[in-house]
Amino acid sequence: MDCGTDPAGLRVVGMSSDRIIQVGRDILSKNNRIAAENRARFVADDLVVYNLLSSPGAGKTSLLVRALSELKRKIPVGVIEGDQQTSNDAERIRATGVPAVQINTGKGCHLDAAMVGQAYRLLPPLNGGILFIENVGNLVCPAAFDLGEACKIVVFSTTEGEDKPLKYPDIFAASSLMLINKIDLAPMVDFDLNRTIEFVTRVSPNIEVLPVSARTGEGFGALYGWLQKQPAHRRHLVEDTTG
Amino acid sequence: MALCEGIMEIVEEEARRRSFSKVRTVCVEIGALSHVDAEAMKFCFPVVAVRTIADGAVLEIVELPGVAWCMACSRSVEIAQRYAPCPCCGSYKLQVTAGEKMRLKELEID
Repeated sequence: MDCGTDPAGLRVVGMSSDRIIQVGRDILSKNNRIAAENRARFVADDLVVYNLLSSPGAGKTSLLVRALSELKRKIPVGVIEGDQQTSNDAERIRATGVPAVQINTGKGCHLDAAMVGQAYRLLPPLNGGILFIENVGNLVCPAAFDLGEACKIVVFSTTEGEDKPLKYPDIFAASSLMLINKIDLAPMVDFDLNRTIEFVTRVSPNIEVLPVSARTGEGFGALYGWLQKQPAHRRHLVEDTTG
Repeated sequence: MALCEGIMEIVEEEARRRSFSKVRTVCVEIGALSHVDAEAMKFCFPVVAVRTIADGAVLEIVELPGVAWCMACSRSVEIAQRYAPCPCCGSYKLQVTAGEKMRLKELEID
Protein backbone atom coordinates (compact mmCIF):
# COMPACT_ATOMS: atom_id res chain seq x y z
CA MET A 1 0.00 0.00 0.00
CA ASP A 2 1.31 3.43 -0.87
CA CYS A 3 -0.21 6.52 0.72
CA GLY A 4 1.67 8.86 -1.59
CA THR A 5 3.78 11.83 -0.65
CA ASP A 6 2.57 13.72 2.39
CA PRO A 7 2.85 17.49 2.79
CA ALA A 8 6.16 17.10 4.55
CA GLY A 9 7.53 15.48 1.41
CA LEU A 10 7.90 12.12 3.18
CA ARG A 11 6.69 8.79 1.90
CA VAL A 12 5.50 6.47 4.65
CA VAL A 13 4.10 3.14 3.59
CA GLY A 14 1.01 1.95 5.40
CA MET A 15 0.46 4.85 7.75
CA SER A 16 -0.37 8.53 7.62
CA SER A 17 2.20 11.05 8.69
CA ASP A 18 1.96 12.84 12.00
CA ARG A 19 0.98 16.08 10.23
CA ILE A 20 3.84 18.06 11.66
CA ILE A 21 5.95 19.85 9.11
CA GLN A 22 9.29 21.41 9.86
CA VAL A 23 9.74 24.96 8.61
CA GLY A 24 12.69 26.52 10.44
CA ARG A 25 12.53 29.94 8.79
CA ASP A 26 13.33 33.32 10.28
CA ILE A 27 10.15 35.36 10.76
CA LEU A 28 11.94 38.38 9.35
CA SER A 29 13.27 36.44 6.35
CA LYS A 30 11.19 38.33 3.78
CA ASN A 31 12.32 41.72 5.09
CA ASN A 32 15.90 40.48 5.34
CA ARG A 33 15.84 39.30 1.71
CA ILE A 34 14.61 42.69 0.45
CA ALA A 35 17.15 44.45 2.71
CA ALA A 36 19.91 42.39 1.08
CA GLU A 37 18.66 43.50 -2.35
CA ASN A 38 18.66 47.14 -1.20
CA ARG A 39 22.19 46.74 0.18
CA ALA A 40 23.45 45.30 -3.10
CA ARG A 41 21.86 48.22 -4.95
CA PHE A 42 23.42 50.78 -2.59
CA VAL A 43 26.86 49.20 -2.97
CA ALA A 44 26.46 49.13 -6.77
CA ASP A 45 25.57 52.84 -6.65
CA ASP A 46 28.63 53.54 -4.45
CA LEU A 47 26.38 54.94 -1.74
CA VAL A 48 26.82 54.88 2.04
CA VAL A 49 23.46 54.51 3.79
CA TYR A 50 22.75 55.35 7.43
CA ASN A 51 19.58 54.37 9.28
CA LEU A 52 18.82 57.05 11.91
CA LEU A 53 16.81 55.95 14.94
CA SER A 54 15.54 57.77 18.02
CA SER A 55 12.51 58.49 20.15
CA PRO A 56 10.18 61.19 18.80
CA GLY A 57 11.66 64.61 19.49
CA ALA A 58 15.31 63.68 20.02
CA GLY A 59 16.24 65.94 17.12
CA LYS A 60 16.94 63.65 14.15
CA THR A 61 15.58 66.10 11.60
CA SER A 62 17.33 69.13 13.14
CA LEU A 63 20.62 67.22 13.14
CA LEU A 64 20.12 66.28 9.51
CA VAL A 65 19.21 69.81 8.46
CA ARG A 66 22.48 71.14 9.93
CA ALA A 67 24.67 68.30 8.63
CA LEU A 68 23.16 68.32 5.13
CA SER A 69 23.75 72.05 4.65
CA GLU A 70 27.46 71.24 5.10
CA LEU A 71 27.67 67.83 3.40
CA LYS A 72 25.79 68.84 0.24
CA ARG A 73 28.63 71.19 -0.73
CA LYS A 74 31.04 68.24 -0.98
CA ILE A 75 29.10 65.15 -2.06
CA PRO A 76 25.64 64.06 -3.27
CA VAL A 77 23.27 63.57 -0.33
CA GLY A 78 19.64 62.46 -0.07
CA VAL A 79 17.13 61.61 2.62
CA ILE A 80 14.29 59.12 3.03
CA GLU A 81 11.95 60.31 5.78
CA GLY A 82 9.66 57.98 7.71
CA ASP A 83 6.73 59.27 9.77
CA GLN A 84 3.28 57.98 10.52
CA GLN A 85 1.69 61.10 9.05
CA THR A 86 2.57 64.43 7.34
CA SER A 87 5.39 65.39 4.99
CA ASN A 88 6.65 68.14 7.35
CA ASP A 89 10.05 66.54 7.85
CA ALA A 90 10.69 65.98 4.13
CA GLU A 91 9.77 69.64 3.55
CA ARG A 92 12.30 70.74 6.19
CA ILE A 93 14.98 68.67 4.43
CA ARG A 94 14.04 69.97 0.96
CA ALA A 95 14.34 73.54 2.29
CA THR A 96 18.11 72.85 2.54
CA GLY A 97 18.16 72.02 -1.19
CA VAL A 98 18.68 68.29 -0.57
CA PRO A 99 16.29 65.79 -2.24
CA ALA A 100 13.98 63.97 0.18
CA VAL A 101 11.23 61.37 -0.16
CA GLN A 102 8.61 61.07 2.57
CA ILE A 103 7.19 57.67 3.51
CA ASN A 104 4.01 57.73 5.59
CA THR A 105 3.64 54.46 7.44
CA GLY A 106 0.06 55.18 8.57
CA LYS A 107 -0.45 52.92 11.58
CA GLY A 108 2.98 51.31 11.13
CA CYS A 109 5.60 52.01 13.77
CA HIS A 110 8.75 51.39 11.67
CA LEU A 111 10.10 51.46 8.13
CA ASP A 112 10.67 48.14 6.37
CA ALA A 113 13.04 47.22 3.58
CA ALA A 114 10.34 47.18 0.87
CA MET A 115 9.28 50.76 1.69
CA VAL A 116 12.88 51.95 1.48
CA GLY A 117 13.46 50.11 -1.83
CA GLN A 118 10.46 51.89 -3.36
CA ALA A 119 11.37 55.30 -1.95
CA TYR A 120 14.94 54.99 -3.23
CA ARG A 121 13.69 54.70 -6.80
CA LEU A 122 12.07 58.15 -6.42
CA LEU A 123 15.36 59.88 -5.51
CA PRO A 124 17.73 61.35 -8.10
CA PRO A 125 21.08 59.47 -8.53
CA LEU A 126 23.29 59.93 -5.46
CA ASN A 127 26.27 57.86 -6.67
CA GLY A 128 29.33 58.37 -4.52
CA GLY A 129 27.36 60.10 -1.79
CA ILE A 130 25.38 59.49 1.39
CA LEU A 131 21.75 58.51 1.88
CA PHE A 132 20.25 59.10 5.31
CA ILE A 133 17.12 57.17 6.24
CA GLU A 134 15.29 58.87 9.09
CA ASN A 135 13.24 56.10 10.67
CA VAL A 136 9.91 56.58 12.48
CA GLY A 137 10.52 58.01 15.97
CA ASN A 138 10.37 54.81 18.03
CA LEU A 139 13.00 52.99 20.08
CA VAL A 140 11.44 49.53 19.82
CA CYS A 141 10.42 48.04 16.47
CA PRO A 142 12.89 49.76 14.08
CA ALA A 143 15.70 47.80 15.78
CA ALA A 144 14.44 44.56 14.24
CA PHE A 145 14.00 45.70 10.65
CA ASP A 146 17.10 45.78 8.46
CA LEU A 147 16.65 48.31 5.65
CA GLY A 148 19.89 47.55 3.79
CA GLU A 149 21.86 50.32 5.53
CA ALA A 150 25.62 50.31 6.12
CA CYS A 151 24.93 50.90 9.81
CA LYS A 152 22.44 52.29 12.31
CA ILE A 153 22.94 55.56 14.17
CA VAL A 154 20.88 56.14 17.31
CA VAL A 155 20.13 59.72 18.33
CA PHE A 156 19.61 60.21 22.04
CA SER A 157 19.08 63.60 23.70
CA THR A 158 20.17 64.96 27.06
CA THR A 159 16.56 65.58 28.10
CA GLU A 160 15.65 61.89 27.93
CA GLY A 161 17.32 60.48 31.05
CA GLU A 162 20.63 58.66 31.27
CA ASP A 163 19.12 55.18 31.69
CA LYS A 164 17.30 55.09 28.35
CA PRO A 165 19.86 52.63 26.89
CA LEU A 166 18.90 50.21 29.68
CA LYS A 167 15.17 50.72 29.10
CA TYR A 168 15.35 50.18 25.32
CA PRO A 169 18.50 48.07 24.92
CA ASP A 170 17.78 46.55 21.49
CA ILE A 171 18.09 49.77 19.56
CA PHE A 172 21.38 50.71 21.24
CA ALA A 173 22.78 47.21 20.76
CA ALA A 174 21.94 47.38 17.04
CA SER A 175 23.60 50.78 16.49
CA SER A 176 27.23 51.55 15.63
CA LEU A 177 27.11 55.19 16.73
CA MET A 178 25.17 57.04 19.43
CA LEU A 179 24.80 60.79 18.99
CA ILE A 180 23.95 62.59 22.22
CA ASN A 181 22.01 65.61 20.96
CA LYS A 182 21.05 68.79 22.86
CA ILE A 183 24.39 68.70 24.68
CA ASP A 184 24.09 72.49 25.06
CA LEU A 185 21.17 71.80 27.45
CA ALA A 186 23.20 69.39 29.62
CA PRO A 187 23.85 71.86 32.50
CA MET A 188 20.16 72.87 32.61
CA VAL A 189 18.91 69.31 32.98
CA ASP A 190 21.74 67.94 35.18
CA PHE A 191 22.71 65.53 32.44
CA ASP A 192 25.46 63.07 33.40
CA LEU A 193 27.49 62.13 30.31
CA ASN A 194 29.71 59.55 32.01
CA ARG A 195 26.73 57.73 33.48
CA THR A 196 25.08 57.59 30.04
CA ILE A 197 28.23 56.18 28.48
CA GLU A 198 28.48 53.59 31.26
CA PHE A 199 24.88 52.48 30.65
CA VAL A 200 25.11 52.36 26.87
CA THR A 201 28.33 50.35 26.88
CA ARG A 202 26.62 47.77 29.11
CA VAL A 203 24.14 46.98 26.34
CA SER A 204 26.47 47.72 23.43
CA PRO A 205 30.17 47.36 24.37
CA ASN A 206 31.51 48.54 20.98
CA ILE A 207 29.24 51.53 20.31
CA GLU A 208 30.90 54.89 19.59
CA VAL A 209 29.50 57.98 21.33
CA LEU A 210 29.58 61.60 20.13
CA PRO A 211 27.94 64.50 22.00
CA VAL A 212 26.49 67.09 19.59
CA SER A 213 24.12 70.02 19.48
CA ALA A 214 22.00 70.54 16.39
CA ARG A 215 21.24 74.04 17.68
CA THR A 216 24.80 75.32 18.23
CA GLY A 217 26.77 73.01 15.93
CA GLU A 218 28.90 71.71 18.80
CA GLY A 219 30.41 68.30 18.02
CA PHE A 220 29.59 68.36 14.30
CA GLY A 221 33.29 68.37 13.41
CA ALA A 222 33.63 65.03 15.17
CA LEU A 223 30.50 63.76 13.43
CA TYR A 224 31.89 64.66 9.98
CA GLY A 225 35.13 62.97 11.03
CA TRP A 226 33.21 59.83 11.96
CA LEU A 227 31.34 59.81 8.65
CA GLN A 228 34.62 60.29 6.83
CA LYS A 229 36.31 57.29 8.41
CA GLN A 230 33.57 54.83 7.52
CA PRO A 231 35.22 52.26 5.25
CA ALA A 232 33.15 52.66 2.11
CA HIS A 233 33.29 56.38 2.55
CA ARG A 234 37.02 56.99 2.43
CA ARG A 235 37.08 58.35 -1.08
CA HIS A 236 34.67 61.15 -0.30
CA LEU A 237 36.41 63.41 2.13
CA VAL A 238 34.35 65.87 4.07
CA GLU A 239 36.15 68.87 5.41
CA ASP A 240 35.98 69.42 9.09
CA THR A 241 34.68 72.95 9.13
CA THR A 242 32.66 73.25 12.30
CA GLY A 243 33.44 72.27 15.80
CA MET B 1 1.61 42.99 14.46
CA ALA B 2 4.08 43.22 11.56
CA LEU B 3 5.82 40.13 12.93
CA CYS B 4 2.54 38.19 12.99
CA GLU B 5 2.00 39.24 9.39
CA GLY B 6 5.51 37.94 8.70
CA ILE B 7 4.53 34.60 10.25
CA MET B 8 1.40 34.41 8.10
CA GLU B 9 3.37 35.19 4.92
CA ILE B 10 5.67 32.25 5.62
CA VAL B 11 2.70 29.99 6.49
CA GLU B 12 0.94 30.88 3.21
CA GLU B 13 4.12 30.32 1.22
CA GLU B 14 4.65 26.92 2.81
CA ALA B 15 1.01 26.07 2.11
CA ARG B 16 1.44 26.81 -1.59
CA ARG B 17 4.74 24.95 -1.78
CA ARG B 18 3.65 21.85 0.12
CA SER B 19 -0.07 22.04 -0.75
CA PHE B 20 -1.97 22.00 2.52
CA SER B 21 -5.01 24.13 3.31
CA LYS B 22 -5.54 24.16 7.06
CA VAL B 23 -3.15 24.88 9.91
CA ARG B 24 -3.94 23.75 13.46
CA THR B 25 -0.83 24.86 15.34
CA VAL B 26 1.90 27.33 14.53
CA CYS B 27 5.06 26.85 16.57
CA VAL B 28 7.55 29.70 16.79
CA GLU B 29 10.84 30.04 18.63
CA ILE B 30 11.49 33.41 20.21
CA GLY B 31 14.90 34.24 21.62
CA ALA B 32 14.93 35.91 25.05
CA LEU B 33 16.93 38.79 23.54
CA SER B 34 14.83 39.19 20.38
CA HIS B 35 12.73 42.26 19.81
CA VAL B 36 9.36 40.70 20.47
CA ASP B 37 7.11 40.33 23.47
CA ALA B 38 5.56 36.85 23.50
CA GLU B 39 2.31 38.06 25.11
CA ALA B 40 1.85 40.78 22.48
CA MET B 41 2.42 38.21 19.75
CA LYS B 42 -0.16 35.83 21.27
CA PHE B 43 -2.63 38.72 21.30
CA CYS B 44 -1.98 39.82 17.72
CA PHE B 45 -1.74 36.43 16.02
CA PRO B 46 -5.46 35.42 16.09
CA VAL B 47 -6.37 38.84 14.66
CA VAL B 48 -3.92 38.53 11.77
CA ALA B 49 -4.94 34.90 11.14
CA VAL B 50 -8.66 35.64 10.66
CA ARG B 51 -9.92 34.37 7.27
CA THR B 52 -6.58 32.73 6.45
CA ILE B 53 -5.65 29.05 6.45
CA ALA B 54 -4.54 29.52 10.06
CA ASP B 55 -7.87 30.94 11.27
CA GLY B 56 -8.37 29.59 14.79
CA ALA B 57 -4.91 28.01 14.91
CA VAL B 58 -3.01 27.82 18.19
CA LEU B 59 0.19 29.84 18.41
CA GLU B 60 2.79 27.96 20.43
CA ILE B 61 5.75 30.00 21.57
CA VAL B 62 8.98 28.31 22.60
CA GLU B 63 11.23 30.77 24.39
CA LEU B 64 14.95 30.22 23.87
CA PRO B 65 17.53 31.52 26.35
CA GLY B 66 19.89 34.38 25.59
CA VAL B 67 23.51 33.33 25.37
CA ALA B 68 26.55 35.59 25.38
CA TRP B 69 30.32 35.26 25.29
CA CYS B 70 31.89 36.89 28.34
CA MET B 71 35.15 38.54 27.29
CA ALA B 72 36.33 38.70 30.90
CA CYS B 73 35.91 34.99 31.74
CA SER B 74 36.31 33.76 28.13
CA ARG B 75 33.30 31.51 28.22
CA SER B 76 29.70 31.24 27.14
CA VAL B 77 27.08 32.31 29.71
CA GLU B 78 23.29 32.49 29.79
CA ILE B 79 21.72 35.95 30.22
CA ALA B 80 18.08 36.94 30.62
CA GLN B 81 18.38 40.49 29.34
CA ARG B 82 20.67 42.41 27.07
CA TYR B 83 21.97 44.70 29.83
CA ALA B 84 22.50 41.89 32.32
CA PRO B 85 26.05 41.43 33.61
CA CYS B 86 27.92 38.14 33.35
CA PRO B 87 26.42 35.84 36.04
CA CYS B 88 29.92 34.58 36.90
CA CYS B 89 32.13 37.67 37.07
CA GLY B 90 29.71 40.63 36.87
CA SER B 91 31.38 42.12 33.78
CA TYR B 92 29.28 43.94 31.17
CA LYS B 93 31.71 43.10 28.36
CA LEU B 94 29.47 40.50 26.77
CA GLN B 95 28.97 39.63 23.12
CA VAL B 96 25.53 38.13 22.49
CA THR B 97 25.83 34.85 20.56
CA ALA B 98 22.31 33.35 20.66
CA GLY B 99 18.75 34.19 21.63
CA GLU B 100 18.23 37.07 19.21
CA LYS B 101 16.29 35.16 16.55
CA MET B 102 12.58 34.75 15.85
CA ARG B 103 11.92 31.57 13.89
CA LEU B 104 8.86 29.77 12.60
CA LYS B 105 9.82 26.27 13.73
CA GLU B 106 7.03 23.96 12.62
CA LEU B 107 3.36 23.70 11.66
CA GLU B 108 0.73 21.15 12.58
CA ILE B 109 -1.60 20.81 9.64
CA ASP B 110 -4.78 19.02 8.62
